[in-house]
Amino acid sequence: MIELVDVYKTYKRGESSIEALRGVSLRAEKGDIFGVIGYSGAGKSTLIRLVNYLEKPTKGQVIVEGQPLDQYSVHELRNVKKKIGMIFQHFNLLESKTVYDNIAIPLVLVKKSKSEIRQRVTELLDFVGLSDKAGSYPKELSGGQKQRVGIARALAGNPTILLCDEATSALDPQTTQSILALLKRISETYPITILMITHEMAVIQQICNKVAVMEDGIIIEQGNVLDVFGSPRHETTRNFVRTVIRNTVPSSVIQTLKAEGQRRLFKLEFIGQSASEPVINGLIRNYNVQVNILFANMTEIQATTLGNMIIQLQGEDRVIDQAARFLQDQGVYIEEVDSV
Amino acid sequence: MMDTTITADQIIKALQETLTMVGVSLLFGSLLGVPLGILLVVGRPGGVIESKLVYSILNPVINIVRSLPFIILLVAIIPFTRFVVQTSIGTTAAIVPLVIYIAPYIARLVENSLLEVNPGILEAAESMGATPFQVIWHFLLPEAFASLILTFTTATITLIGATAMAGTVGGGGIGDLAITYGYQRFDTFVMIVTVLILLVLVQGIQSIGNRMGRKARRE
Ligand SMILES: Nc1ncnc2c1ncn2[C@@H]1O[C@H](COP(=O)(O)OP(=O)(O)O)[C@@H](O)[C@H]1O
Ligand SMILES: [Mg+2]
Repeated sequence: MIELVDVYKTYKRGESSIEALRGVSLRAEKGDIFGVIGYSGAGKSTLIRLVNYLEKPTKGQVIVEGQPLDQYSVHELRNVKKKIGMIFQHFNLLESKTVYDNIAIPLVLVKKSKSEIRQRVTELLDFVGLSDKAGSYPKELSGGQKQRVGIARALAGNPTILLCDEATSALDPQTTQSILALLKRISETYPITILMITHEMAVIQQICNKVAVMEDGIIIEQGNVLDVFGSPRHETTRNFVRTVIRNTVPSSVIQTLKAEGQRRLFKLEFIGQSASEPVINGLIRNYNVQVNILFANMTEIQATTLGNMIIQLQGEDRVIDQAARFLQDQGVYIEEVDSV
Repeated sequence: MMDTTITADQIIKALQETLTMVGVSLLFGSLLGVPLGILLVVGRPGGVIESKLVYSILNPVINIVRSLPFIILLVAIIPFTRFVVQTSIGTTAAIVPLVIYIAPYIARLVENSLLEVNPGILEAAESMGATPFQVIWHFLLPEAFASLILTFTTATITLIGATAMAGTVGGGGIGDLAITYGYQRFDTFVMIVTVLILLVLVQGIQSIGNRMGRKARRE
């Protein structure tokens, strides 16, 4: 369990200072894959580095497994860190050590016996699918394989928390998939809290159950992935959603739209059971409006369908208002727009 | 064959003296210089065991010693040399200034080698809860190993150069031979032989160092 309570972090550089975090609160439970998404410079890395106290908060509380980190001595903190695994964008493996020795490091640091180390490392090599690479050096591995080593190393000490700082950002899409699948498997196999930060929406979409959207040192939206991305309230969140959910209307449609002159346009978002067809049918049956579907798209997040639609309603203004209210009552997120 | 006043035995003895001076001062210079180099890295602002005090004393002291040419250091510390080894002439006496000369040099080179280590590695080490000693032993030194080999290669070659001046305090060695026979007695043969020996020595050490460095990098 990870909890941040109204955390501030200010970096001082001589005269000037940078407020990297300005009052951030979040809570990730065991079993969660909690994603933090935001553009570069939003403060994501700063946030994740607070959880294992690579950075100390200027103000506020960082609570890990129910214990505030500021109560620990330096020595105690080292032991706490041993239960927090971390993986990095650029892997940070030791070039001078073999895959086996890299994975063994956390165990060597706690002075485990050779046979204990061999057993655990062998197990981990198997788990991440690198049993045949034990004797290789990082230089001889692909990016995906390096990250697997990083993951195995992070898991060596049986952590209850796994921190991932842009763990897939240096990887190609296909490798990203396999690493995400591995992280998901970790979450299903071990009792662990995973906190991952990313600027890629696809990462959140594929494995996270909770998400926080960060901008400028604050969290602008957070909650279940489905709730946040099903009905994004903030422009930045929308922008991220757009990267995985195509909801831009083809230009040919826009052309005809212009030609037809003034009709009212609506953007609709359907989540899960409020499947689109019955709702649209109901709209047509109950209201004297002409419905023109300009664009429709389906995306799957967290095994739930997310529908996206742009429609044009033609009819009396009053009836169109009623129709819009009807859609809202059906649990559809609806927004009137001037243009698409 | 050119006329010469020295024997093969003299050359071998000189070579032995050079190797002794280089070997012993490299050993003691490293025993001093390596820990100092590590201190410079871990004690610097933002280092693993940041210490303003240690860094702000160590850094200028090393600079001061490093700014003295060996020949000056050699004579300047004669009283100290006499205190340490009870004599101020001979091979043993030459080793004291050589150590004082090379230790700060090694410290700087080690510092540079360690600073080259990817900061991400240190972040990983810190995230694992490694103690400062563990960071140095399990992360910094192994990662800098290849670079450290080249550091010691450079230090060794620098020492060979410095030993040539050790003749000033009767330290002997190849350089002494070159000056007292080759230069002062116009013995061209000695001059050529000593230059060749030094050349082979330096080349040999450099290429062994390079090869070991490459091997450590697994190239
Ligand atoms: N160690 C540091 N010293 C000074 N400023 C920093 C430091 N780390 C991050 N920052 C600043 O804090 C802000 C947030 O950075 P970061 O947390 O790395 O963002 P992100 O990971 O979202 O890209 C940026 O403006 C960055 O320049
Ligand atoms: Mg970052």
